[in-house]
Amino acid sequence: MTGNEAVRTAERVARESYGRLVAFLAARTRDVAGAEDALSEAFAAALRMWPDDGVPDNPDAWLLTVARRRQTDALRRRQTRSAGEEHLQLMAEELDDAAGSAGEIPDRRLALMFACAHPAIERGMRAPLILQTILGLTAIDIAAAFLIPPATMGQRLVRAKTRIRDAGIPFAVPEKEELPERLDAVLDAIYAAYTKGWTETGDAAPELADEAIWLGRLLVSLMPSEPEAKGMLALMLYAEARRPARRDAMGAYVPLDRQDTALWDGEMLGLAEQLLRQASAGGPSGRYQLEAAIQSAHTARRLSGADTWPAILALYGHLERLTHSPVVTLNRAVALAETSGAEAALALLDTLAPDKRMEDYQPYWAARGHLLARLGRKDEAHAALTLAIGLATDNAVRHYLQEQVTKLTDG
Amino acid sequence: MRYMMLIHHDEPAMAAADQKQLWQDYAAFNEALNKATGASGGERLEPASSATTVRTSGEKTEVLDGPYADTKEQFAGYFFIDVPTLEEAVAWAKRCPSSRFGSIEIRPLHVPKGDWK
Repeated sequence: MTGNEAVRTAERVARESYGRLVAFLAARTRDVAGAEDALSEAFAAALRMWPDDGVPDNPDAWLLTVARRRQTDALRRRQTRSAGEEHLQLMAEELDDAAGSAGEIPDRRLALMFACAHPAIERGMRAPLILQTILGLTAIDIAAAFLIPPATMGQRLVRAKTRIRDAGIPFAVPEKEELPERLDAVLDAIYAAYTKGWTETGDAAPELADEAIWLGRLLVSLMPSEPEAKGMLALMLYAEARRPARRDAMGAYVPLDRQDTALWDGEMLGLAEQLLRQASAGGPSGRYQLEAAIQSAHTARRLSGADTWPAILALYGHLERLTHSPVVTLNRAVALAETSGAEAALALLDTLAPDKRMEDYQPYWAARGHLLARLGRKDEAHAALTLAIGLATDNAVRHYLQEQVTKLTDG
Repeated sequence: MRYMMLIHHDEPAMAAADQKQLWQDYAAFNEALNKATGASGGERLEPASSATTVRTSGEKTEVLDGPYADTKEQFAGYFFIDVPTLEEAVAWAKRCPSSRFGSIEIRPLHVPKGDWK
Protein backbone atom coordinates (compact mmCIF):
# COMPACT_ATOMS: atom_id res chain seq x y z
CA MET A 1 0.00 0.00 0.00
CA THR A 2 1.48 3.36 -0.95
CA GLY A 3 1.48 6.31 1.45
CA ASN A 4 -1.41 7.96 -0.36
CA GLU A 5 -3.48 4.80 -0.26
CA ALA A 6 -2.86 4.46 3.49
CA VAL A 7 -4.07 8.03 3.99
CA ARG A 8 -7.14 7.36 1.84
CA THR A 9 -7.94 4.12 3.69
CA ALA A 10 -7.62 5.81 7.09
CA GLU A 11 -9.85 8.63 5.87
CA ARG A 12 -12.44 6.16 4.57
CA VAL A 13 -12.62 4.31 7.88
CA ALA A 14 -12.87 7.60 9.77
CA ARG A 15 -15.71 8.79 7.51
CA GLU A 16 -17.52 5.42 7.80
CA SER A 17 -17.38 5.58 11.55
CA TYR A 18 -18.21 9.27 11.79
CA GLY A 19 -21.25 8.95 9.53
CA ARG A 20 -22.57 5.96 11.49
CA LEU A 21 -22.17 7.81 14.79
CA VAL A 22 -23.70 11.08 13.54
CA ALA A 23 -26.64 9.14 12.12
CA PHE A 24 -27.09 7.22 15.36
CA LEU A 25 -27.07 10.36 17.53
CA ALA A 26 -29.13 12.47 15.14
CA ALA A 27 -31.79 9.79 14.76
CA ARG A 28 -32.24 9.75 18.55
CA THR A 29 -32.00 13.46 19.31
CA ARG A 30 -33.32 14.82 15.98
CA ASP A 31 -30.47 17.29 16.29
CA VAL A 32 -28.11 16.84 13.34
CA ALA A 33 -25.97 19.91 14.09
CA GLY A 34 -25.65 18.84 17.74
CA ALA A 35 -24.55 15.35 16.72
CA GLU A 36 -21.94 16.81 14.38
CA ASP A 37 -20.68 19.16 17.10
CA ALA A 38 -20.36 16.33 19.58
CA LEU A 39 -18.17 14.36 17.20
CA SER A 40 -16.38 17.02 15.19
CA GLU A 41 -13.25 17.32 17.32
CA ALA A 42 -12.84 13.58 17.62
CA PHE A 43 -13.33 13.23 13.84
CA ALA A 44 -10.75 15.94 13.12
CA ALA A 45 -8.33 14.15 15.46
CA ALA A 46 -8.95 10.85 13.63
CA LEU A 47 -8.32 12.44 10.21
CA ARG A 48 -5.09 13.88 11.62
CA MET A 49 -3.78 10.84 13.52
CA TRP A 50 -4.97 7.67 11.80
CA PRO A 51 -3.01 8.09 8.56
CA ASP A 52 0.27 8.07 10.58
CA ASP A 53 -0.63 5.96 13.63
CA GLY A 54 -2.76 3.45 11.77
CA VAL A 55 -6.47 2.76 12.06
CA PRO A 56 -7.52 1.60 15.58
CA ASP A 57 -9.02 -1.87 16.01
CA ASN A 58 -12.39 -0.45 16.90
CA PRO A 59 -12.73 2.91 15.12
CA ASP A 60 -16.22 3.60 16.51
CA ALA A 61 -15.06 3.09 20.10
CA TRP A 62 -12.00 5.29 19.49
CA LEU A 63 -14.13 8.16 18.16
CA LEU A 64 -16.66 7.76 20.97
CA THR A 65 -13.99 7.75 23.66
CA VAL A 66 -12.34 10.90 22.34
CA ALA A 67 -15.70 12.63 21.83
CA ARG A 68 -16.74 11.68 25.35
CA ARG A 69 -13.50 13.02 26.83
CA ARG A 70 -13.86 16.34 24.98
CA GLN A 71 -17.37 16.71 26.30
CA THR A 72 -16.33 16.05 29.88
CA ASP A 73 -13.63 18.70 29.47
CA ALA A 74 -16.15 21.12 28.05
CA LEU A 75 -18.54 20.48 30.92
CA ARG A 76 -15.79 21.00 33.47
CA ARG A 77 -14.82 24.32 31.90
CA ARG A 78 -18.32 25.66 32.27
CA GLN A 79 -18.78 27.56 35.52
CA THR A 80 -22.51 28.10 35.27
CA ARG A 81 -25.23 25.80 34.12
CA SER A 82 -26.50 26.66 30.71
CA ALA A 83 -28.99 25.34 28.24
CA GLY A 84 -26.08 23.91 26.29
CA GLU A 85 -25.00 21.79 29.21
CA GLU A 86 -28.21 19.84 29.29
CA HIS A 87 -27.77 19.11 25.64
CA LEU A 88 -24.19 17.97 26.12
CA GLN A 89 -25.25 15.77 29.01
CA LEU A 90 -27.89 14.10 26.89
CA MET A 91 -25.35 13.63 24.15
CA ALA A 92 -22.93 12.06 26.62
CA GLU A 93 -25.55 9.61 27.82
CA GLU A 94 -26.36 8.65 24.26
CA LEU A 95 -22.68 8.15 23.59
CA ASP A 96 -22.36 6.01 26.72
CA ASP A 97 -25.25 3.86 25.63
CA ALA A 98 -23.68 3.47 22.25
CA ALA A 99 -20.21 2.85 23.68
CA GLY A 100 -21.60 -0.13 25.61
CA SER A 101 -22.26 -1.84 22.32
CA ALA A 102 -19.52 -0.23 20.24
CA GLY A 103 -18.90 -2.12 17.06
CA GLU A 104 -22.55 -2.99 16.88
CA ILE A 105 -23.93 0.51 16.72
CA PRO A 106 -27.12 0.25 14.69
CA ASP A 107 -26.50 1.74 11.27
CA ARG A 108 -29.00 4.58 10.92
CA ARG A 109 -27.31 6.18 7.93
CA LEU A 110 -30.11 5.16 5.60
CA ALA A 111 -32.64 6.91 7.85
CA LEU A 112 -30.41 9.99 7.93
CA MET A 113 -30.16 9.99 4.13
CA PHE A 114 -33.95 9.91 3.87
CA ALA A 115 -34.18 12.81 6.34
CA CYS A 116 -31.63 14.84 4.33
CA ALA A 117 -33.50 14.19 1.06
CA HIS A 118 -36.95 14.85 2.55
CA PRO A 119 -39.35 16.85 0.30
CA ALA A 120 -39.36 19.62 2.96
CA ILE A 121 -35.65 20.22 2.30
CA GLU A 122 -34.81 22.52 -0.60
CA ARG A 123 -33.88 20.29 -3.55
CA GLY A 124 -30.50 21.89 -4.20
CA MET A 125 -29.41 21.39 -0.59
CA ARG A 126 -30.12 17.65 -0.36
CA ALA A 127 -26.82 16.53 -1.89
CA PRO A 128 -24.68 18.97 0.16
CA LEU A 129 -26.50 17.87 3.32
CA ILE A 130 -25.87 14.17 2.66
CA LEU A 131 -22.22 14.85 1.84
CA GLN A 132 -21.77 16.70 5.12
CA THR A 133 -23.71 14.48 7.51
CA ILE A 134 -22.88 11.05 6.10
CA LEU A 135 -19.31 11.68 4.94
CA GLY A 136 -18.27 14.54 7.20
CA LEU A 137 -17.17 16.79 4.30
CA THR A 138 -16.65 20.42 5.29
CA ALA A 139 -18.82 23.26 4.02
CA ILE A 140 -15.69 24.65 2.35
CA ASP A 141 -15.08 21.45 0.34
CA ILE A 142 -18.73 21.17 -0.62
CA ALA A 143 -18.90 24.87 -1.58
CA ALA A 144 -15.89 24.47 -3.88
CA ALA A 145 -17.51 21.58 -5.73
CA PHE A 146 -20.91 23.25 -6.00
CA LEU A 147 -19.43 26.63 -7.05
CA ILE A 148 -21.07 28.52 -4.20
CA PRO A 149 -19.25 30.88 -1.82
CA PRO A 150 -18.23 28.93 1.34
CA ALA A 151 -20.08 31.30 3.71
CA THR A 152 -23.29 30.95 1.68
CA MET A 153 -22.97 27.15 1.64
CA GLY A 154 -22.35 27.16 5.41
CA GLN A 155 -25.48 29.23 6.08
CA ARG A 156 -27.63 27.07 3.82
CA LEU A 157 -26.43 23.89 5.54
CA VAL A 158 -27.21 25.34 8.97
CA ARG A 159 -30.68 26.37 7.78
CA ALA A 160 -31.37 22.92 6.36
CA LYS A 161 -30.38 21.22 9.63
CA THR A 162 -32.55 23.59 11.65
CA ARG A 163 -35.38 22.68 9.31
CA ILE A 164 -34.88 18.96 9.89
CA ARG A 165 -35.24 19.60 13.62
CA ASP A 166 -38.05 22.17 13.53
CA ALA A 167 -40.21 20.77 10.75
CA GLY A 168 -40.41 17.37 12.40
CA ILE A 169 -38.77 15.56 9.52
CA PRO A 170 -38.73 11.85 10.38
CA PHE A 171 -35.55 9.78 10.65
CA ALA A 172 -36.95 6.65 9.09
CA VAL A 173 -37.04 4.63 5.92
CA PRO A 174 -40.47 5.43 4.44
CA GLU A 175 -43.27 2.90 4.27
CA LYS A 176 -43.81 0.88 1.12
CA GLU A 177 -46.40 3.17 -0.51
CA GLU A 178 -44.22 6.20 -0.05
CA LEU A 179 -40.90 4.54 -0.72
CA PRO A 180 -40.47 4.87 -4.51
CA GLU A 181 -40.91 8.64 -4.54
CA ARG A 182 -38.82 9.23 -1.44
CA LEU A 183 -36.09 6.89 -2.68
CA ASP A 184 -35.98 8.86 -5.95
CA ALA A 185 -35.11 11.96 -3.93
CA VAL A 186 -32.20 10.16 -2.23
CA LEU A 187 -30.97 8.75 -5.55
CA ASP A 188 -31.29 12.14 -7.24
CA ALA A 189 -29.28 13.84 -4.48
CA ILE A 190 -26.43 11.35 -4.73
CA TYR A 191 -26.48 11.46 -8.53
CA ALA A 192 -26.48 15.27 -8.42
CA ALA A 193 -23.28 15.10 -6.37
CA TYR A 194 -21.82 12.77 -9.00
CA THR A 195 -22.73 14.96 -11.97
CA LYS A 196 -21.22 17.99 -10.20
CA GLY A 197 -18.03 15.97 -10.01
CA TRP A 198 -18.45 14.96 -13.64
CA THR A 199 -19.17 18.25 -15.37
CA GLU A 200 -17.09 20.60 -13.27
CA THR A 201 -13.41 20.42 -14.01
CA GLY A 202 -12.09 22.13 -10.88
CA ASP A 203 -9.72 20.41 -8.46
CA ALA A 204 -12.54 19.40 -6.14
CA ALA A 205 -14.49 17.68 -8.93
CA PRO A 206 -12.98 14.17 -9.29
CA GLU A 207 -12.97 13.76 -5.52
CA LEU A 208 -16.64 14.61 -5.32
CA ALA A 209 -17.37 12.00 -8.01
CA ASP A 210 -15.48 9.50 -5.84
CA GLU A 211 -17.52 10.40 -2.77
CA ALA A 212 -20.78 10.09 -4.72
CA ILE A 213 -19.80 6.60 -5.92
CA TRP A 214 -18.96 5.69 -2.36
CA LEU A 215 -22.40 6.89 -1.25
CA GLY A 216 -23.89 4.80 -4.08
CA ARG A 217 -22.08 1.70 -2.81
CA LEU A 218 -23.24 2.47 0.72
CA LEU A 219 -26.84 2.79 -0.44
CA VAL A 220 -26.66 -0.52 -2.34
CA SER A 221 -25.25 -2.23 0.75
CA LEU A 222 -28.00 -0.75 2.94
CA MET A 223 -30.80 -1.55 0.44
CA PRO A 224 -29.54 -4.69 -1.30
CA SER A 225 -32.90 -5.57 -2.83
CA GLU A 226 -33.57 -2.12 -4.35
CA PRO A 227 -32.98 -2.29 -8.14
CA GLU A 228 -32.88 1.47 -8.71
CA ALA A 229 -30.05 1.91 -6.19
CA LYS A 230 -28.06 -0.65 -8.19
CA GLY A 231 -29.08 1.04 -11.43
CA MET A 232 -27.76 4.38 -10.22
CA LEU A 233 -24.48 2.93 -8.98
CA ALA A 234 -24.05 1.17 -12.34
CA LEU A 235 -24.74 4.44 -14.18
CA MET A 236 -22.07 6.27 -12.16
CA LEU A 237 -19.56 3.46 -12.71
CA TYR A 238 -20.09 3.45 -16.51
CA ALA A 239 -19.31 7.16 -16.61
CA GLU A 240 -16.42 6.92 -14.17
CA ALA A 241 -14.79 4.02 -16.06
CA ARG A 242 -14.49 6.29 -19.11
CA ARG A 243 -13.13 9.30 -17.25
CA PRO A 244 -9.45 8.72 -18.24
CA ALA A 245 -10.41 8.78 -21.94
CA ARG A 246 -12.52 11.95 -21.87
CA ARG A 247 -9.56 14.27 -22.39
CA ASP A 248 -6.49 13.75 -24.56
CA ALA A 249 -2.92 14.43 -23.45
CA MET A 250 -3.39 18.13 -24.26
CA GLY A 251 -6.56 18.33 -22.19
CA ALA A 252 -8.82 18.54 -25.26
CA TYR A 253 -12.33 17.08 -25.21
CA VAL A 254 -12.67 13.64 -26.81
CA PRO A 255 -16.20 12.55 -27.80
CA LEU A 256 -17.29 9.01 -26.91
CA ASP A 257 -16.92 7.70 -30.45
CA ARG A 258 -13.27 8.72 -30.60
CA GLN A 259 -12.22 7.68 -27.11
CA ASP A 260 -9.37 5.17 -26.80
CA THR A 261 -11.19 2.22 -25.24
CA ALA A 262 -7.89 0.87 -23.91
CA LEU A 263 -8.01 3.73 -21.41
CA TRP A 264 -11.38 2.61 -20.04
CA ASP A 265 -11.39 0.90 -16.64
CA GLY A 266 -12.40 -2.67 -17.48
CA GLU A 267 -12.88 -3.74 -13.89
CA MET A 268 -15.25 -0.88 -13.19
CA LEU A 269 -17.20 -1.62 -16.40
CA GLY A 270 -17.49 -5.27 -15.34
CA LEU A 271 -18.91 -4.25 -11.99
CA ALA A 272 -21.36 -1.88 -13.69
CA GLU A 273 -22.55 -4.68 -16.02
CA GLN A 274 -23.01 -7.02 -13.07
CA LEU A 275 -25.01 -4.45 -11.09
CA LEU A 276 -27.17 -3.65 -14.09
CA ARG A 277 -27.94 -7.35 -14.68
CA GLN A 278 -28.93 -7.79 -11.03
CA ALA A 279 -31.05 -4.64 -11.13
CA SER A 280 -32.92 -5.58 -14.29
CA ALA A 281 -33.49 -9.20 -13.28
CA GLY A 282 -36.39 -8.26 -11.01
CA GLY A 283 -38.88 -6.66 -13.37
CA PRO A 284 -39.89 -3.08 -14.14
CA SER A 285 -37.14 -0.71 -15.10
CA GLY A 286 -36.73 2.67 -13.43
CA ARG A 287 -35.01 5.77 -14.72
CA TYR A 288 -31.53 4.89 -13.47
CA GLN A 289 -31.67 1.32 -14.79
CA LEU A 290 -32.69 2.66 -18.21
CA GLU A 291 -29.91 5.22 -18.24
CA ALA A 292 -27.39 2.59 -17.15
CA ALA A 293 -28.67 0.26 -19.91
CA ILE A 294 -28.07 3.04 -22.45
CA GLN A 295 -24.50 3.41 -21.22
CA SER A 296 -24.08 -0.36 -21.40
CA ALA A 297 -25.22 -0.28 -25.04
CA HIS A 298 -22.78 2.55 -25.86
CA THR A 299 -19.97 0.58 -24.22
CA ALA A 300 -20.85 -2.59 -26.17
CA ARG A 301 -20.96 -0.60 -29.41
CA ARG A 302 -17.45 0.70 -28.90
CA LEU A 303 -15.96 -2.53 -27.53
CA SER A 304 -17.48 -5.05 -29.97
CA GLY A 305 -18.36 -2.84 -32.93
CA ALA A 306 -21.94 -4.07 -32.80
CA ASP A 307 -24.58 -1.60 -33.97
CA THR A 308 -26.46 -0.94 -30.76
CA TRP A 309 -28.01 2.35 -31.92
CA PRO A 310 -31.49 0.79 -32.42
CA ALA A 311 -31.38 -0.49 -28.82
CA ILE A 312 -30.23 2.92 -27.58
CA LEU A 313 -33.05 4.61 -29.49
CA ALA A 314 -35.62 2.24 -27.98
CA LEU A 315 -34.25 2.77 -24.45
CA TYR A 316 -34.45 6.55 -24.85
CA GLY A 317 -38.05 6.07 -25.99
CA HIS A 318 -38.89 4.24 -22.73
CA LEU A 319 -37.05 6.86 -20.73
CA GLU A 320 -38.91 9.66 -22.48
CA ARG A 321 -42.30 8.13 -21.64
CA LEU A 322 -41.16 7.76 -18.02
CA THR A 323 -39.65 11.20 -17.43
CA HIS A 324 -41.19 13.53 -20.06
CA SER A 325 -37.87 15.35 -19.94
CA PRO A 326 -36.77 17.51 -22.89
CA VAL A 327 -33.18 16.47 -22.15
CA VAL A 328 -34.15 12.86 -22.88
CA THR A 329 -35.87 13.90 -26.11
CA LEU A 330 -32.68 15.71 -27.09
CA ASN A 331 -30.67 12.52 -26.52
CA ARG A 332 -33.20 10.45 -28.42
CA ALA A 333 -32.81 12.84 -31.36
CA VAL A 334 -29.04 12.26 -31.34
CA ALA A 335 -29.63 8.49 -31.40
CA LEU A 336 -32.25 8.90 -34.12
CA ALA A 337 -29.65 10.62 -36.31
CA GLU A 338 -27.65 7.36 -36.25
CA THR A 339 -30.56 5.11 -37.22
CA SER A 340 -32.70 7.32 -39.45
CA GLY A 341 -30.50 10.20 -40.51
CA ALA A 342 -29.96 13.83 -39.57
CA GLU A 343 -33.17 15.04 -41.23
CA ALA A 344 -35.41 12.94 -38.96
CA ALA A 345 -33.33 13.90 -35.92
CA LEU A 346 -33.63 17.59 -36.70
CA ALA A 347 -37.40 17.26 -37.08
CA LEU A 348 -37.52 15.79 -33.57
CA LEU A 349 -35.31 18.59 -32.22
CA ASP A 350 -37.68 21.12 -33.77
CA THR A 351 -40.41 19.88 -31.45
CA LEU A 352 -38.25 21.10 -28.54
CA ALA A 353 -37.61 24.56 -30.00
CA PRO A 354 -40.64 26.24 -28.34
CA ASP A 355 -39.44 25.05 -24.91
CA LYS A 356 -38.04 28.12 -23.09
CA ARG A 357 -35.54 25.95 -21.22
CA MET A 358 -33.74 25.17 -24.48
CA GLU A 359 -32.83 28.85 -24.98
CA ASP A 360 -29.66 28.65 -22.94
CA TYR A 361 -29.27 24.86 -22.80
CA GLN A 362 -25.83 24.34 -24.30
CA PRO A 363 -26.19 20.66 -25.41
CA TYR A 364 -29.31 21.58 -27.42
CA TRP A 365 -27.42 24.10 -29.54
CA ALA A 366 -24.40 21.81 -29.91
CA ALA A 367 -26.60 18.93 -31.13
CA ARG A 368 -28.51 21.24 -33.46
CA GLY A 369 -25.26 22.60 -34.89
CA HIS A 370 -23.87 19.12 -35.55
CA LEU A 371 -27.03 17.95 -37.26
CA LEU A 372 -27.27 21.05 -39.46
CA ALA A 373 -23.62 20.63 -40.41
CA ARG A 374 -24.28 17.04 -41.44
CA LEU A 375 -27.08 18.27 -43.69
CA GLY A 376 -24.77 20.84 -45.25
CA ARG A 377 -26.87 23.77 -43.97
CA LYS A 378 -23.72 25.73 -43.23
CA ASP A 379 -25.04 29.13 -42.18
CA GLU A 380 -27.57 27.71 -39.76
CA ALA A 381 -24.97 25.26 -38.42
CA HIS A 382 -22.57 28.13 -37.89
CA ALA A 383 -25.14 30.14 -35.95
CA ALA A 384 -26.10 27.19 -33.71
CA LEU A 385 -22.51 26.17 -33.01
CA THR A 386 -21.60 29.79 -32.20
CA LEU A 387 -24.37 29.84 -29.59
CA ALA A 388 -23.15 26.50 -28.22
CA ILE A 389 -19.64 27.96 -27.87
CA GLY A 390 -20.99 31.05 -26.12
CA LEU A 391 -22.98 28.91 -23.68
CA ALA A 392 -20.16 26.46 -22.92
CA THR A 393 -18.70 26.67 -19.43
CA ASP A 394 -15.97 24.11 -20.09
CA ASN A 395 -12.91 25.25 -22.01
CA ALA A 396 -12.22 21.82 -23.54
CA VAL A 397 -15.74 21.64 -24.94
CA ARG A 398 -15.45 25.22 -26.22
CA HIS A 399 -12.27 24.36 -28.14
CA TYR A 400 -13.79 21.19 -29.57
CA LEU A 401 -16.75 23.15 -30.92
CA GLN A 402 -14.44 25.81 -32.34
CA GLU A 403 -12.71 23.06 -34.35
CA GLN A 404 -16.10 22.01 -35.70
CA VAL A 405 -16.80 25.58 -36.79
CA THR A 406 -13.40 25.80 -38.49
CA LYS A 407 -14.09 22.54 -40.37
CA LEU A 408 -17.42 23.94 -41.44
CA THR A 409 -15.91 27.11 -42.88
CA ASP A 410 -12.98 25.29 -44.53
CA GLY A 411 -14.85 22.24 -45.81
CA MET B 1 -33.08 37.92 -9.76
CA ARG B 2 -31.24 40.54 -11.74
CA TYR B 3 -27.48 40.60 -11.41
CA MET B 4 -24.90 43.07 -12.61
CA MET B 5 -21.76 41.27 -13.68
CA LEU B 6 -18.70 43.46 -13.16
CA ILE B 7 -15.74 42.45 -15.26
CA HIS B 8 -12.25 43.04 -13.88
CA HIS B 9 -9.27 42.46 -16.16
CA ASP B 10 -5.68 41.72 -15.53
CA GLU B 11 -4.75 43.92 -18.50
CA PRO B 12 -1.25 42.47 -19.17
CA ALA B 13 -2.63 38.90 -19.06
CA MET B 14 -5.39 39.91 -21.46
CA ALA B 15 -2.90 41.57 -23.84
CA ALA B 16 -0.77 38.41 -23.86
CA ALA B 17 -3.67 36.19 -24.98
CA ASP B 18 -4.34 35.05 -28.56
CA GLN B 19 -6.40 38.05 -29.66
CA LYS B 20 -8.18 36.43 -32.61
CA GLN B 21 -9.31 33.54 -30.41
CA LEU B 22 -10.34 35.93 -27.66
CA TRP B 23 -12.56 38.03 -29.90
CA GLN B 24 -14.09 34.91 -31.45
CA ASP B 25 -14.90 33.72 -27.95
CA TYR B 26 -16.36 37.10 -27.12
CA ALA B 27 -18.46 37.13 -30.29
CA ALA B 28 -19.94 33.74 -29.34
CA PHE B 29 -20.50 34.85 -25.75
CA ASN B 30 -22.32 38.00 -26.92
CA GLU B 31 -24.51 35.89 -29.23
CA ALA B 32 -25.51 33.71 -26.28
CA LEU B 33 -26.08 36.72 -24.06
CA ASN B 34 -28.25 38.45 -26.67
CA LYS B 35 -30.49 35.40 -26.90
CA ALA B 36 -30.90 34.94 -23.14
CA THR B 37 -34.18 36.17 -21.69
CA GLY B 38 -33.75 39.14 -19.37
CA ALA B 39 -30.08 39.59 -20.11
CA SER B 40 -28.84 42.86 -21.45
CA GLY B 41 -25.67 43.43 -23.32
CA GLY B 42 -22.92 45.20 -21.55
CA GLU B 43 -20.38 47.82 -22.38
CA ARG B 44 -16.65 47.59 -22.58
CA LEU B 45 -14.53 50.34 -21.04
CA GLU B 46 -11.28 51.90 -22.27
CA PRO B 47 -8.24 50.74 -20.27
CA ALA B 48 -7.95 51.89 -16.67
CA SER B 49 -5.10 54.23 -17.63
CA SER B 50 -7.72 56.49 -19.23
CA ALA B 51 -9.65 56.87 -15.96
CA THR B 52 -10.13 60.06 -13.96
CA THR B 53 -11.20 59.91 -10.33
CA VAL B 54 -13.04 62.69 -8.50
CA ARG B 55 -13.58 62.91 -4.77
CA THR B 56 -15.07 65.78 -2.77
CA SER B 57 -14.61 66.35 0.92
CA GLY B 58 -16.16 69.47 2.40
CA GLU B 59 -15.13 72.40 0.22
CA LYS B 60 -12.29 70.51 -1.35
CA THR B 61 -12.50 68.69 -4.66
CA GLU B 62 -9.77 66.31 -5.69
CA VAL B 63 -9.35 65.29 -9.32
CA LEU B 64 -6.87 62.48 -9.92
CA ASP B 65 -5.45 60.65 -12.90
CA GLY B 66 -6.16 56.96 -12.98
CA PRO B 67 -8.61 54.56 -11.33
CA TYR B 68 -9.90 54.63 -7.78
CA ALA B 69 -7.79 51.72 -6.59
CA ASP B 70 -4.39 50.67 -7.80
CA THR B 71 -4.81 46.89 -7.95
CA LYS B 72 -3.72 44.13 -10.32
CA GLU B 73 -7.20 43.79 -11.78
CA GLN B 74 -9.03 46.78 -13.18
CA PHE B 75 -12.71 47.38 -13.78
CA ALA B 76 -13.15 46.78 -17.50
CA GLY B 77 -16.84 46.41 -18.33
CA TYR B 78 -20.16 44.92 -17.31
CA PHE B 79 -23.30 43.10 -18.41
CA PHE B 80 -26.64 42.23 -16.85
CA ILE B 81 -28.38 38.87 -16.49
CA ASP B 82 -31.72 37.81 -15.05
CA VAL B 83 -31.63 34.28 -13.61
CA PRO B 84 -33.41 32.55 -10.71
CA THR B 85 -30.34 31.49 -8.73
CA LEU B 86 -26.77 32.45 -7.88
CA GLU B 87 -25.66 29.11 -9.37
CA GLU B 88 -26.90 30.20 -12.78
CA ALA B 89 -25.21 33.57 -12.38
CA VAL B 90 -21.96 31.70 -11.69
CA ALA B 91 -22.51 29.69 -14.91
CA TRP B 92 -22.80 32.96 -16.87
CA ALA B 93 -19.62 34.26 -15.23
CA LYS B 94 -17.84 31.06 -16.33
CA ARG B 95 -19.11 31.54 -19.88
CA CYS B 96 -17.71 35.07 -20.06
CA PRO B 97 -14.26 34.88 -21.70
CA SER B 98 -13.01 37.62 -19.35
CA SER B 99 -13.22 35.18 -16.42
CA ARG B 100 -10.03 33.64 -17.79
CA PHE B 101 -8.16 36.96 -17.71
CA GLY B 102 -9.29 38.38 -14.42
CA SER B 103 -12.48 38.02 -12.46
CA ILE B 104 -16.21 38.59 -12.65
CA GLU B 105 -17.90 40.13 -9.64
CA ILE B 106 -21.56 39.11 -9.35
CA ARG B 107 -23.76 41.74 -7.69
CA PRO B 108 -27.52 41.37 -7.21
CA LEU B 109 -29.34 44.60 -8.10
CA HIS B 110 -30.92 46.34 -5.14
CA VAL B 111 -34.69 46.14 -5.12
CA PRO B 112 -36.21 49.04 -3.13
CA LYS B 113 -38.56 47.69 -0.48
CA GLY B 114 -41.18 50.27 -1.51
CA ASP B 115 -42.71 50.76 1.96
CA TRP B 116 -43.16 54.49 1.34
CA LYS B 117 -46.34 55.42 -0.52
